Amino acid sequence: MDFEDTPDEAAFRAEARAFLDANAQRKTRETRVYQSLELDDAAVRKAQTWQAKKADARFAGITWPRKYGGRGGTPLQQIIYNQEEENYVVPRGVFNQGVGLVIPTMMTYAPPETIERYAPPALRGDEIWCQLFSEPSAGSDLAGLRTRAERRGDEWLINGHKIWNSNAHFADHAILVARSDPTVAKHAGLTFFYLSMKTPGIEVRRIKQISGVSNFTEVFLNDVRIPDSQRLGKVGEGWKVAVTTLANERYTIGESEGPDFEDIFSFARAYALDGEPALANDAVRERLADWYIKRQGLKYIRFRTLTALSRGQTPGPEASIGKLISAPKLQDIASNGMDMLGMAGAIMDDTAPMNAWFQNAFLYAPGKRIAGGTDEIMRNIIAERILGLPGDIRADKDIPFNEIPTGRR
Amino acid sequence: MNFDFSDEVKMMRDEARRFLKDRCPPKVVRRALDGAAVYDKDLWREIAALGWIGVAIPEEFGGSGIGYEALCVLAGEMGAALAPVPFSSSTYLAAEAILLAGDDVQKNEMLPEIASGECIATLALAEGAGNPARNAISTTYRNGKLTGTKWPVPDGAIADQAIVVAKGGAGDIGFFAVPLEGDGVTRATLRTLDPTRNYATITFQDAPAVPLLANGRGWTVVETILDRAAVLVAFEQVGGAEAALHMAKDYALERFAFGRSIASFQAIKHRLADMYVALELARAHAYYGAWALSHDAPELAGAASAARVAATEAYYLTTKENIQIHGGMGFTWEMDCHLYYRRAKALALLLGNANYWRSRLIGQLEHLEAVE
Repeated sequence: MDFEDTPDEAAFRAEARAFLDANAQRKTRETRVYQSLELDDAAVRKAQTWQAKKADARFAGITWPRKYGGRGGTPLQQIIYNQEEENYVVPRGVFNQGVGLVIPTMMTYAPPETIERYAPPALRGDEIWCQLFSEPSAGSDLAGLRTRAERRGDEWLINGHKIWNSNAHFADHAILVARSDPTVAKHAGLTFFYLSMKTPGIEVRRIKQISGVSNFTEVFLNDVRIPDSQRLGKVGEGWKVAVTTLANERYTIGESEGPDFEDIFSFARAYALDGEPALANDAVRERLADWYIKRQGLKYIRFRTLTALSRGQTPGPEASIGKLISAPKLQDIASNGMDMLGMAGAIMDDTAPMNAWFQNAFLYAPGKRIAGGTDEIMRNIIAERILGLPGDIRADKDIPFNEIPTGRR
Repeated sequence: MNFDFSDEVKMMRDEARRFLKDRCPPKVVRRALDGAAVYDKDLWREIAALGWIGVAIPEEFGGSGIGYEALCVLAGEMGAALAPVPFSSSTYLAAEAILLAGDDVQKNEMLPEIASGECIATLALAEGAGNPARNAISTTYRNGKLTGTKWPVPDGAIADQAIVVAKGGAGDIGFFAVPLEGDGVTRATLRTLDPTRNYATITFQDAPAVPLLANGRGWTVVETILDRAAVLVAFEQVGGAEAALHMAKDYALERFAFGRSIASFQAIKHRLADMYVALELARAHAYYGAWALSHDAPELAGAASAARVAATEAYYLTTKENIQIHGGMGFTWEMDCHLYYRRAKALALLLGNANYWRSRLIGQLEHLEAVE
């Protein structure tokens, strides 16, 4: 056992570090504080500038082919780059959908000229993508979506209501799953498209989240016309395409942003609780130890993934437990950090420690346990795909979609 | 990055698994459970002949010196099989104490007999209830004689020799080798939660004892022994937890209720998913502990503490939920669920409880931060 890079890996890591040193600020104790997650125009422009720099140095889309602006590198290099980038203050989150989900889906299902048209601007951050999948009555049960796609000659007429779309209010393009045939079983009647967000008939409304921030939207589609040439996959095989996209999503959702163990550990050292450092309190120590074990355990699990990739093997399934561990941990750290402050934990102005990181995280953590697969869906995935347990009995199995019972919510 | 065992070590693991599947099925474990034997002498002789006891003992002292990574994977298999033999006491505790505290002459005298399995040895540390603590030691060594009472002593009912932690002449903590069949030693077997792991009270009254001479650091050495043992016991715990998870999963798949396999109910699936998550976290920490142990790294204390806590929690969770998933059948003597449930708690208590190790872990991190 060792934790050393091979010479090739070390060279790549050094190159990544040199790029980051030249172009970004290293994280310090002072930068580990809450920073607004609201993406305004200025933040988007800043993110675009950063993305263009990354693309120029071929650190965006590391695993993409070079002809589309990527590096033609390996998944291992992507992980090494991510490890290094984690140590720097850089804009995140705006291009995940395009670079991480949409273009990889296109690479499987679109003709080369389509990929050539959309891949380079997505990689450079010139064009932003969003995902029109979830609906008010189709969340975890995504295949239960109701947005209609009706064939009209060479076009499709789309009507419906999408929700939980990240960044749709400034996106240039979207991918969309809609129901092209409601008379067949639910998974069989879906078709997958991409479209410009400037297409007539699209209305975007921002959703105010419990954190007060509005990064999610709902999107109304009224008689939106999409040419059949913008269909990905066959008619009625949209679910298969969406599964490709969602599989890529799990790669892009990694560790939740903090506060993490090191933040609450430093805080507990500095902060007095009942007349002594909070870290001297046995109950505090016990909880801290458990968070350390979770955070560090995930790190070691990633080491195992890296080992497999480094040997050219397929990583084991253990990597899929990350989100199920890190999102509830974030919520607990936030809640307990506030507990240490006593009644002052309720104060959320700029006098609160780390720019009110615990308080803000307390409000954004619930979303982390839901987005990209709820805790419950993650447990189903572990139970069914890793442990090989049977799926739940489905009340809607083999029933035409338009005969499936619906509730009031 | 090579965070995995070598092919040679993995081959040893697979061989050990095959051997124990054949030689240590539940009926062998149950002979100890039912009181027919305190431990399985034949199994002990066979694993000694295979060289397992001496796998991390250097060749010059009668072992094979293959190393700690090998000992870790063997521990995992012993844990999974619930082997009713004094492997942990002789190998992780007594042999390690001698390696850390004995001089070369003493290592030469004592270790070959331990490695060959002829001498069952143990570490006599505790003097009553509570976690390991320096101020709990009152057994005293003076003029070649040891006096005091140690309980509970793991494998104390069957051990031939004890390495006793006691106060020396100046009140310093030291290690003293005492043959347990000798003068001034009386012992009583204790009734225990997990009869496949025996405990005894051992009373020393002016018992002839030999001080281990290499090291005067006293309690620090005790903590190093505990750290090393914590990693090895974590492998036993992970091995047992994995066995319990598989048992629960296999039963859930076969058991039908309400017209379907109970493994299709989310109440069961989510429970099994949580067991898997706890197991994988524990395994990751145990691997890191194996690295720290085999490299004698300064990270050992922190790595051992984290592995100990993660493995203790995973073994408890998987064994209690294994009984729950089995329903009423899991509560019967005939089903093997309770063998793992008992062993999980016995190992959880062996080296200090989980909160003792949580506090030790945070103490290590405080120390590291202070060094920075």
